[in-house]
Amino acid sequence: MLRTENLTFAYQGNSALQFPDINCPTGEHCLLLGQSGSGKTTLLHLLGGLLTPTQGKVIVGETDIAKLRGARADHFRGQNIGIIFQKAHFVKSLTVEENLLLAQSLAGASGDKKRIKDLLERLNVGHKLNARPDRLSQGEQQRVAIARALVNNPKVILADEPTSALDDVNTEEVIQLLEEQAKAVNATLLVVTHDGRLKDRFSNKIQISG
Amino acid sequence: MRALDIIHSTLYIQNMNSLLLSWKNLTAKPLSMLLTLVLFALGVGLISLLMILQKQTQDQFDKNLAGIDLVVGAKGSKLQLILGSMYHVDNPTGNITIKEARPFMNPKHPLIEMSVPLSLGDSHKGYRIVGTEKNILELYNAEIGEGKLWNKVMEVNLGASVAADLNAKIGTRFKSSHGLIEDDNLIHEDSKDFIVVGILQPTGSVIDQLILTRTESIWEVHDGHAHDEEGGHEGHAHEEGGHDEHAHEDNAHDHSGHEHHDHAEGEHDHEEHAIEENIVEKTLLDYPDKSITSLLIKFKGRGFQTLNMGRQIDENTDMIAASPAIEINRLYANMGVGINGLTYLAYLITFVSALSIFISLFSSLKDRKYELALMRVMGASRGKVFGLILVEGLLLAVLGCFLGLLLSHVGMHILAGYMKESYRYTFSGMTFLKQEYFLIAGALLLGIVAAFIPAVQASRTDISETLGQG
Repeated sequence: MLRTENLTFAYQGNSALQFPDINCPTGEHCLLLGQSGSGKTTLLHLLGGLLTPTQGKVIVGETDIAKLRGARADHFRGQNIGIIFQKAHFVKSLTVEENLLLAQSLAGASGDKKRIKDLLERLNVGHKLNARPDRLSQGEQQRVAIARALVNNPKVILADEPTSALDDVNTEEVIQLLEEQAKAVNATLLVVTHDGRLKDRFSNKIQISG
Repeated sequence: MRALDIIHSTLYIQNMNSLLLSWKNLTAKPLSMLLTLVLFALGVGLISLLMILQKQTQDQFDKNLAGIDLVVGAKGSKLQLILGSMYHVDNPTGNITIKEARPFMNPKHPLIEMSVPLSLGDSHKGYRIVGTEKNILELYNAEIGEGKLWNKVMEVNLGASVAADLNAKIGTRFKSSHGLIEDDNLIHEDSKDFIVVGILQPTGSVIDQLILTRTESIWEVHDGHAHDEEGGHEGHAHEEGGHDEHAHEDNAHDHSGHEHHDHAEGEHDHEEHAIEENIVEKTLLDYPDKSITSLLIKFKGRGFQTLNMGRQIDENTDMIAASPAIEINRLYANMGVGINGLTYLAYLITFVSALSIFISLFSSLKDRKYELALMRVMGASRGKVFGLILVEGLLLAVLGCFLGLLLSHVGMHILAGYMKESYRYTFSGMTFLKQEYFLIAGALLLGIVAAFIPAVQASRTDISETLGQG
């Protein structure tokens, strides 16, 4: 599950941003809606432990990640939080499979090539196992990015604007994919977006106002 | 790129560890990696080559000092005298008569422990034939390995390297060749054959490269016929007693002048006969008018008197006395200038290659900023990212260093072959020096230093900010 309490964050020299409390139980799918500049990305980074809040709690499972520091925070993030960014990025010198092996290794897990193969096949990119990420189409890249977020069976999956560049058909497909895959690993899925098309697909919605 | 693939597959293990990741990152830009490696290898290789070369040259010189305190020979360059008589790489300075050298050949001389006469000038297949006395073996701690010591005129012992190289055995006969370089036209066709009666055990010193015989054998070859000779050659030592002393001295001085030695046949036969018959009882001192090339002298002890002896020889005789220690140190000092210059150049190249590691890592950070942030998201700590970049620098240094050492040792191996050809000295590319371990440590340290700032920079990457830009 993913829960926040009284989350506040201030960039240096700026006034503090106050975020509404979030409560997204295990296995549930939530939508975080907000216009550009409303602090969506900041909130996502707070939830993913990429930023440390000025105040408040970010609870992933049983752990308040706002209290974790340094390597422990990094380790926890690697094991429990999968993040899918708006634009898929990879380690360019590695193949698709190696990128996923890296994700496993950085999370402290031992390499599991079978899991990687299964996962990629489930996402219909199994044939790209040994391809370089920059040789993939954008759609394929996003699927591999999803696979990478899932590869360590995280408790929480955070997706940042996964559909902003997609047409209606592909948007539907990606969201479905995310929901399916999150369900498959029993993870809490939180999609952060300004895309109004997604409003009706999620029952659990949180609106942030800038 | 085939080689890279092979290394890839051997490195390919289940986990994506830092080393593997660093390797992949480096080989993703093979040309830039190659440039850095070549530079680094060049620097390290040159330093190491100079180290080996200097060490082995000094070893060769030191080993062949053989406790010799003074070399006495004909007037000329002292360094040439040393190089010619002790290291057998240069031509002799000329000849001295036994009459002149007699005081220093006297076994009862109060200061001299040992004096070894040398007669040079002939060779066989590029190996020098040295007319000498048996005490030369003592000087170089040489022992007979096979056969027996030379005794009669024309009997020779071969140094271990000579025997191995010429594949010569006991009983092998050969004719000597005039001069110190291999030239079939200069073979003494009408003289007697030398006969191998023994082969010395290897000593690692210059004696391995020599063919040893009685001084009288050299005289024998040159008495056997009259021919054009270079002045400086020991072969002129065969004039009879009544020979003009003055002309004889000129002989020793004038190395370039050519002279004819016409031996009256009658006298000649008589002399030959004398040598053969009385060989055992007679010593070199019994041939005051014959000449030798030089004397290697070992003192009983060193002191004021021995120091003076050299100076007195220089001033009061037609001979010179050279101290090996002084001349070789002078040679080192001269070599040192050149070697130092090259060493500085090598350090400069190494420094530039370290700079190239620094620049390539630093500029790659800009491209890889997002990648690094991504790795942080996936669970990499700051330390892990720091280590990753450091390992990249270290990997370049290790590979460059390895390549450099390979280069220098293979280079030395090739050079050793060439040195053996031209100087008959044995160098080796296969020996490792202690300094080379320091060189490796220094190179690795340089790799770490070069990668340190980029690694710190990488570990400081602000994940949130970097990803926000992405």
